Amino acid sequence: MSLRPSVYLDYSATTPVDERVVQAMLPWLGQRFGNAASTSHAWGWDASEAVEQARTQVADLIHADPREIVWTSGATESDNLAIKGVAQFHGGRGRHIVTARTEHKAVLDTCHALEQRGFEVTYLDVDAGGLVAPDALAAALRPDTILASIMLVNNEIGVIQDVAALAAVCHRQGVLFHTDAAQATGKIPVDVRALDVDLMSLSAHKTYGPKGIGALYVRRKPRIRLEAQMHGGGHERGLRSGTLPTHQIVGMGASYALAGELMETEVPAIRALRDRLWEGLRELPDVFLNGDPHRRVAHNLNVSVAHVEGEALLMSVPELALSSGSACTSASLEPSHVLRALGRSDLLAHSSLRMTIGRYTSAADVDLALRVLRAQIQRLRELSPLWEMREQGTLGAWMETC
Amino acid sequence: MAGLPYGPVVLDHYLHPRNVGSLDPADARVGSAVVGSPMLGEVLKLQIFLHGETIVQARFRAFGGGSAIAAGSWVTERLQGHSLGEALDIRSQDIMNALELPPVKMHSALLAEDAIRAAVADYTQKHLQ
Repeated sequence: MSLRPSVYLDYSATTPVDERVVQAMLPWLGQRFGNAASTSHAWGWDASEAVEQARTQVADLIHADPREIVWTSGATESDNLAIKGVAQFHGGRGRHIVTARTEHKAVLDTCHALEQRGFEVTYLDVDAGGLVAPDALAAALRPDTILASIMLVNNEIGVIQDVAALAAVCHRQGVLFHTDAAQATGKIPVDVRALDVDLMSLSAHKTYGPKGIGALYVRRKPRIRLEAQMHGGGHERGLRSGTLPTHQIVGMGASYALAGELMETEVPAIRALRDRLWEGLRELPDVFLNGDPHRRVAHNLNVSVAHVEGEALLMSVPELALSSGSACTSASLEPSHVLRALGRSDLLAHSSLRMTIGRYTSAADVDLALRVLRAQIQRLRELSPLWEMREQGTLGAWMETC
Repeated sequence: MAGLPYGPVVLDHYLHPRNVGSLDPADARVGSAVVGSPMLGEVLKLQIFLHGETIVQARFRAFGGGSAIAAGSWVTERLQGHSLGEALDIRSQDIMNALELPPVKMHSALLAEDAIRAAVADYTQKHLQ
């Protein structure tokens, strides 16, 4: 199927790079090619100034000090640096880490890797809306717990955790707190001081910046100590060696500065479009919203369309770029670990669709999406034995038997 | 959708499924099967209608990915005009080959083979009595 999608509804996977960001980046791929670590000549000073300006722009969006920003290749690396870095530096004090079952794989797989190295990890359950209860976190903390990692905004269902309350629980016990905020920047106000987090992972490409660049916020007061994961020239105060990619860094700075300027106006417009999409889908029978309806970012809609399988629905709408919670290339047909954690039945977990919209989504895009989705949901339900049983009133009885 | 592991045969059956529908399960000439489970993300319903010794009609419905829908559709075409014995000779590997399914989609072919066996068994059961 080579038909090119005409409507992009996958902004949580990645965003287009804003044209203003592209323009800001270009000089650093041309004449201004210096290495920010070259202190002996003007090319180096030029690049270094650009890097530091971008560092300030990123810090400003999250109300941090620029000296608390460490450049990385993206949120996955930031998660690795935060979690492994804390585990290795503080491992002598304790070997227990707490996270949630709904975390991104960058956190879960990092925790799995640490389990192989003798650390113990508690994976917290979430409530039916996808939220971690501070009490549940408090109950999981032990004398040997060194770190908790709970994401600010979930990538699949868009729910916003009460990170301030979760961090407070940890700090009462002397436990460090990390949050992955890749899906939050430019979507909700983020203030590291108000949230009182110790470490925060950031990404550019979810916020209209380039891929391949991110940052880790590392609190200075009190200073959070980490073991570096990348050794080399001692860049980034020894926390992350490697020549700084000036053009990428400038792009991240520009995209974060834009996000700060635009958030107040673009978020309500995006919310109105998302609500229009949901209103159009919820008119159909047996369509369910996944994730808390209120504590949720404005651009995310995750629904389960009962009686229709996610991959089949994706295949039927080649005009649309969106994603399904069911892993369509997997042999095991395993549904989304996030939806499973919400306690969604397997049936609904297999039937999920994630639609995420953004800066360039129009009302016409939403209306086209609704038109084709409604038509294809109806077509696939006509094909579905589960829908037939539902219409005949025999689905419940049959489900009991299998 | 370049990422989906499907060739033209699957896409054709997926976009234009053959013989979608239902037959009366109480009819003595009909053998019915519902196999798979919603937990596994695949359910296939298959019904055959016999005239004498020959399957003259087959109908299906499927809940599942593109491969599940295509396998159900392909099987309904393949069964028509054949005896029950010939139906039982159809194996998952034949379905894999005909639809050019990748190994990760083996479950859809296995499910379709199960559906044939269950529909034949249902018909046979009715005629034992």
